[in-house]
Amino acid sequence: MTPNPQLTDTGALRHLLTIEGLSAKLIHSILDTAESFVSVGEREVKKVPLLRGKSIFNLFFEASTRTRTTFEIAAKRLSADVVNLNVSASSQSKGETLLDTVDNLSAMGADMFVVRHAQSGAAHFIARHVAPHIHVVNAGDGRHAHPTQGLLDMFTIRRFKKDFTQLRVAVVGDVMHSRVARSEIHALTTLGVPEVRVIAPRTLLPKGVESLGVHVFNDMQAGLKDVDVVMMLRLQNERMSGPFLPSAQEYFKYYGLTADKLKLAKPDAIVMHPGPMNRGVEIDSSVADGGQAVILPQVTFGIAVRMAVMSMLAGV
Amino acid sequence: MSMKIHIKNGRLIDPKNKIDRIADVYIAAGKVVSISKAPDAFHANREIDAKNLIVCPGLIDLAARLREPGFEYRATLESEMDAAVAGGVTSLVCPPDTDPVLDEPGLVEMLKHRAKSLNQAHVYPLGALTQKLAGKVLTEMAELHDAGCIGFSHADAPLIDTTLLMRAMEYAATFGFTVWLRPQDFFLAQGGVAHDGEVATRLGLAAIPACAETIALSTILYLMRETGARVHICRLSSRDGVELIRQAKAEGLPVTCDISINHAHLCDRDIGYFDANANLMPPLRDQRDRDALRAALSDGAIDALCSDHTPVDEDAKQVPFAEAETGATGLELLLPLTLKWATEQKVPLLDALAKITSEPACILGLSSGHLDIGQTADVCIFDPAAHWRVEAKALKSQGKNTPFLGYEMLGKVRYTLMAGHGVYEG
Amino acid sequence: MKLPDPEQLTQQLAQAIKPRLRSNTVLVGIHTGGAWIAEKVQQQLGGKLPLGTLDISFYRDDFSRIGLHPQVTPSEIPFEVEDAHVILIDDVLHTGRTIRAAMNELYDYGRPAAIELAVLIDRGGRELPIAADIVGARLDLTEDQNIQVTLDPNNKLTLSLHQR
Repeated sequence: MTPNPQLTDTGALRHLLTIEGLSAKLIHSILDTAESFVSVGEREVKKVPLLRGKSIFNLFFEASTRTRTTFEIAAKRLSADVVNLNVSASSQSKGETLLDTVDNLSAMGADMFVVRHAQSGAAHFIARHVAPHIHVVNAGDGRHAHPTQGLLDMFTIRRFKKDFTQLRVAVVGDVMHSRVARSEIHALTTLGVPEVRVIAPRTLLPKGVESLGVHVFNDMQAGLKDVDVVMMLRLQNERMSGPFLPSAQEYFKYYGLTADKLKLAKPDAIVMHPGPMNRGVEIDSSVADGGQAVILPQVTFGIAVRMAVMSMLAGV
Repeated sequence: MSMKIHIKNGRLIDPKNKIDRIADVYIAAGKVVSISKAPDAFHANREIDAKNLIVCPGLIDLAARLREPGFEYRATLESEMDAAVAGGVTSLVCPPDTDPVLDEPGLVEMLKHRAKSLNQAHVYPLGALTQKLAGKVLTEMAELHDAGCIGFSHADAPLIDTTLLMRAMEYAATFGFTVWLRPQDFFLAQGGVAHDGEVATRLGLAAIPACAETIALSTILYLMRETGARVHICRLSSRDGVELIRQAKAEGLPVTCDISINHAHLCDRDIGYFDANANLMPPLRDQRDRDALRAALSDGAIDALCSDHTPVDEDAKQVPFAEAETGATGLELLLPLTLKWATEQKVPLLDALAKITSEPACILGLSSGHLDIGQTADVCIFDPAAHWRVEAKALKSQGKNTPFLGYEMLGKVRYTLMAGHGVYEG
Repeated sequence: MKLPDPEQLTQQLAQAIKPRLRSNTVLVGIHTGGAWIAEKVQQQLGGKLPLGTLDISFYRDDFSRIGLHPQVTPSEIPFEVEDAHVILIDDVLHTGRTIRAAMNELYDYGRPAAIELAVLIDRGGRELPIAADIVGARLDLTEDQNIQVTLDPNNKLTLSLHQR
């Protein structure tokens, strides 16, 4: 069996591939580091020289403007050189293997790869093959993991709610196909959240999801009762009507977050969403733009968290 | 070959004849001529000292892909036949999913001819059940049988049209041919690469539920009742599948089945951190499934173990998990993994070796798989105490793809004889 | 070796800074020792001078060798650095690398009109061309000696000398 490539022999982070296998202590130290970087973002000169001279390659096999942009901003604020590569599926099928692409870029002096790929396990695969001095950050692999999203979500919760051990958190939506959901669930359970709920129709819940440490709710009214944090998931267009769901309308009626449904949660509950939002499908505009939503702060924190991750990896 | 061979001091294990004792074996003119007692005036041309070694019938592997014709970049007949005899295998069955598919007598004859000219293991090809394995038109089964096919299979190709499956089974039953089928519902398995369970959920892999196997298996068993066809079920993977087979056998249906060495030992957790070598079809299911398969092999509900040898080009495994080509190399692991199962399940060697000698012979209707007097001397002589590590350079097959890479194995073949002729010495 | 009293040295520092004060003077202490000292100096000078703190973790020149220290207290500069007269305060001046990092960080906040450096202890051993304008005490230490400023539970500064 292949060993866990994420940690060094001494337990330091060599790559960030998934939240699984990270201790609560390590997660908190990443969040603590991110705290410092938040203040950098509030200065006039939003740069620190930490990664000056380092080359960070954004290797995105799946199109994404927002995630790639936040990684780019984070890297530039660390004074690193950033190269963006959007490798479309067709250029991959033209013959160059994933490994060849990675090897070629390594030969161009890459110090770090930020990778997004449609296949679960792609980041692990790349991490196993790069030279020892190169670090890999998983920006999303298939359905498996999106660890920086999980971390920035935890940062956000920590900012607004302080103590994880007192919370009830609900993750709502397409858990089956969501790497964000998996990373969030791992992070929440690791940080000691006593009750993590998933709320979704049965077709959107993967087999054995309870084994991840969650309580399953198919009824959103019951699931939202008294929760402190509501984490909404994006519903992909192609799932809205087909073998998983009949229509976006029915989904919104029973699983969309409206102001009325939000009232069932605690009055000071926060509403989160990884973005981009489908207004009127998983979330109502009044909630998305309302006072309990912390969706925009999530984006800001995302830059600080990614700065923290990249500097911690580069310092190993 | 008028060579006289004396295998001395070995522990003879012949499952069919229930022999497990220290006994010398005498071979002449390619046949076993005596056990224990030297025939009169026997002057051996060759003596093999089998002290501390086990002497058993040459192994019979019910599934080994040789990759010819058509897939020579993955492996060649030469390399895979070398691997077979290095693994103690003297007879093997190859599935029809070559390129072109084995659906014409000419192709079968060519393959048999090629194999025979190498003078190594016997190759028993399975003919395609439908032309091009497209699931639409039956093949000329009678002609293919005459050309040397010992049965008819649909390999891993989908056979969605139930009416066609029924007709194919009826047609095969007309001539008494055995139909080899791997039960998998096409739609339930579509796009899946791992067992639908906690591991696939955690890893975010598209999954195949166990009912993809049981639903298809139920269909096959009902069609058996309708048509009277004899069926060999290939590569069972689930505990519920085992129960269906048990019931079918109790009922007296003419069904046999096998599991692969991979499924006898591993489960979905062995995917680990997305090890593409664990990308197999059927997928490795959970621990309870694996344990049920192991127990069923012990109690006979499952008849045989096979290697399901599938050499894959290294590049095809050096990709993210779901993109990898499915399959594992296995000819050289069949023996040690059978021994490992036997040790762990506390099965006597006599019964364990039956799973790869006499039982497969019975399924194939062959007269081989044992060492009776007068029997062709296909013999495997191995050291049950020899350690070796599974690594690329230790394997003769061009396929180095196995989830057992890095594992320590116990059991190594020292000599393989085909009709008394030495074809491997290790 | 008899060590000087750091509380007394702090008072000396405040007295030495007093005549240098301008209309645009600000105090910036470098974490952690310099921050404690800067706070005390500010108190002793009337408590009205703008006070900031710098944590130089992100500006160190040994990042690639020893990695990142998680910053427990972020830098806090609650005033305009642009055109300010900055009095930078630290506890021990040794190689000069901390001061180099502090000045780099300060420049990311703005362009000061002037920077003056006040340190409690100057122990020599400079590796960069950096000098303090105000020094509490000069100590001649060997490479294997380490001097540390700590704050006791009564909010009093203490000095300790360690041999490696």
